[in-house]
Amino acid sequence: MTRTLLPSAVLAVSLAAGCAQGIADRDGADVHFDADSPVAGALNVMGFAAQDEIGQTRLDAAGEAMPDVDVSLVEGELDVQQFMSAVSTGEPPDLIYANRDQIGTFASRGAIMPLDDCLDGEGIDIGLFREPAVAQVSFGDSVYGVPEFNQVQITMANADLLAEAGLDVADVNGSDWEAVTAANRELHHTEDDGLSVIGFDSKLPEFLPLWAKANGADLLSADGRTAHLDDPAVIEALEFAVAIYEEQGGFGAVKALRDSADFFGSGNQFASGSLGAMPFEQWYVNILNDVSPDAPLAFDTFRDRRGEPLAFASGSAWAIPEGSANPQAACRFLKTMTATDTWLAAAQARADARAEEGKPFTGLLTCNVEADAQIRDRFVDETTDSVWAEAVTATYTANAHTFSLPANPADAEFEAAWQDAVNRVLNGEAAPAEALREAQTVAQEALDTAWAQWAQR
Amino acid sequence: MGAAVRAARRRSVRPRLAPWLFIAPWLLGFAVFTAWPVLYSGYLSLTDYDVVNDPNFVGFDNYVRMFEDPKVGLALWNTFVYTVVQVPLYVLVSLALALLLNRAGRGAGWFRTAFLLPKMTPPVAVGVLVLLLLNGQQGALNEFLGWFGIDGPNWTTDSAWVKPGLILMSLWTVGSSVLILLAALRAVPEELYDAAVIDGASGWYRTTRITVPMISPALFFVVVVNTIGAFQTFTEAYTAYFGAGNSTYGNDAALFYVIYLFQQGFEFFHMGYASAMAWLLFLVVAVITAVQLVVSRRLVHYEGDR
Repeated sequence: MTRTLLPSAVLAVSLAAGCAQGIADRDGADVHFDADSPVAGALNVMGFAAQDEIGQTRLDAAGEAMPDVDVSLVEGELDVQQFMSAVSTGEPPDLIYANRDQIGTFASRGAIMPLDDCLDGEGIDIGLFREPAVAQVSFGDSVYGVPEFNQVQITMANADLLAEAGLDVADVNGSDWEAVTAANRELHHTEDDGLSVIGFDSKLPEFLPLWAKANGADLLSADGRTAHLDDPAVIEALEFAVAIYEEQGGFGAVKALRDSADFFGSGNQFASGSLGAMPFEQWYVNILNDVSPDAPLAFDTFRDRRGEPLAFASGSAWAIPEGSANPQAACRFLKTMTATDTWLAAAQARADARAEEGKPFTGLLTCNVEADAQIRDRFVDETTDSVWAEAVTATYTANAHTFSLPANPADAEFEAAWQDAVNRVLNGEAAPAEALREAQTVAQEALDTAWAQWAQR
Repeated sequence: MGAAVRAARRRSVRPRLAPWLFIAPWLLGFAVFTAWPVLYSGYLSLTDYDVVNDPNFVGFDNYVRMFEDPKVGLALWNTFVYTVVQVPLYVLVSLALALLLNRAGRGAGWFRTAFLLPKMTPPVAVGVLVLLLLNGQQGALNEFLGWFGIDGPNWTTDSAWVKPGLILMSLWTVGSSVLILLAALRAVPEELYDAAVIDGASGWYRTTRITVPMISPALFFVVVVNTIGAFQTFTEAYTAYFGAGNSTYGNDAALFYVIYLFQQGFEFFHMGYASAMAWLLFLVVAVITAVQLVVSRRLVHYEGDR
């Protein structure tokens, strides 16, 4: 009688005291998550490396929050095959750091555990995180990952080339496709030996979701079950983005010039004047600031056809593998890593490091709404009359206007289907409508099969 | 008497047992790391298996699906075209270099090392090099062609030129074949050439009538090994068109069979389907190798043969 009463009593007392607790079922055994319980033992983390002050500061914070836990890192990007094999052999890592677009695949196959109890037990408010990011890590009715970092796209342009052509960054921010087409025509330059200046780079294949959304279409339904690749708005978006390349001699010419640039060096496309404008992810602002601080740059948000800022969110997420030997420590670790205070400490470290180098702090997109706001308020200076301040403002605006593709059990196949279609168009093997119709069939078949298999499990 | 019989038996068993004991470690390794995975992949090819959950038996569904999947046909065709062009070219270049090396004097050692050095380069690095050297705008190959007034193509994006570009880059690693052929050339008896010279045979005649027949076993070995290698080509093309070099851009012209197999198995986690694809590849390579063996009986000359 004591055996049955004691846990009930503890639970009742805990609930009455308002203590956060969660209980998850793991291989038939209950896993208790409790913010007030100490955690100990080993914690093996796969896919994360504390490569910079942001990572190291947060790792230190996690160490302080869990002094009795021995954290070991399997560094480098998550090796999906290694991870899945480890799960299948019953010896998974205790925690993984994955791309958010992998969560659906892992969750649907039962490779990671739902975090609902972890969130409840540790008192993690998932509502603090950006909704599009949470959508990427939610599968079925559960949250399977805690998101962090947000990559968003902003418009980057060469101010000198724009001025020479009598243009403004508003002509290339995507809000007016006719204006973008006209600007591309003005900005690109061809010499005897081929294209010498790319006017506008629509960044295909990877940015098709962005162009489609700008045209009012999602590639995938919100429930992750229905592909919309043959939606007329998607086809129109692809036709527009491909026509940008055709105007410049075809994708081959643009890609050859793009690939020949010193992307991460002082000879980058903006510094060398070989690119007019493109939408691109905000992390490149730091690179440009580091390697070519005097390059003639102009920034704005990327905008949809109604003129509203728009960005396709991507980033990372923490997830606990099914069969993790120390899920309690894993949950505490991810809670600490994504907590507002931890992010503030990391931002302080980054701001100090940048100040030491005499460079501006260009912000930090954490995916934690509260942390983003406080970091922007405390550490980011947007009052200076500089293009870098423009970039920061554009970045934070984009961060507030993101969308994402929902998690689904055929993440990789769906992505491969639409990317293959775009590539076939870029390689001149199919027209946009034809390629996207074929991709629709392939993608929908993959989704239907994967959802059916998930339902059987 | 009994003891004598037992001793005699021991003596007769020992010689028979000894070879097995010597090769036992290899046999064990072969059984565990090769035979068992091969047999297990045969079983997996009859299942739906996603690595994490238990395999689900589906009979011959995966094999049926292969014939309905247009990408399997495309990948097989790409691989076949690549093999048909690459292998003869690879062997010809290897033979030409080996013949030159055979005539080299003091510098032969240096050249032998130089030819082999590219083989030391990781294939992933070669994949990235493909993109740099074959860049349509500023690549070294088009720069070279430009000296002769030739406007080179976009090797990495023009579907018609993707495979030729990869074939050219594959010649980067002819070094090992050159050494094999060189060793064979060194073994050709000098008196055969002396006799041919006395008979007034030209250099071309000596090469085609003496050298090539005499090194035909080595040539045959190089052809067979490179044919199998060509059917399994993966790393360079994957890196350049589907992996680190191009995370999103790809070109169907570079979709070789093993690349598609890898995508199915390790990106989409269709291990059953990937296993079925692997067995089809095994079948194709086995048939082609068998044909090569049959043809070789007429073309390959082994010393001691009548």
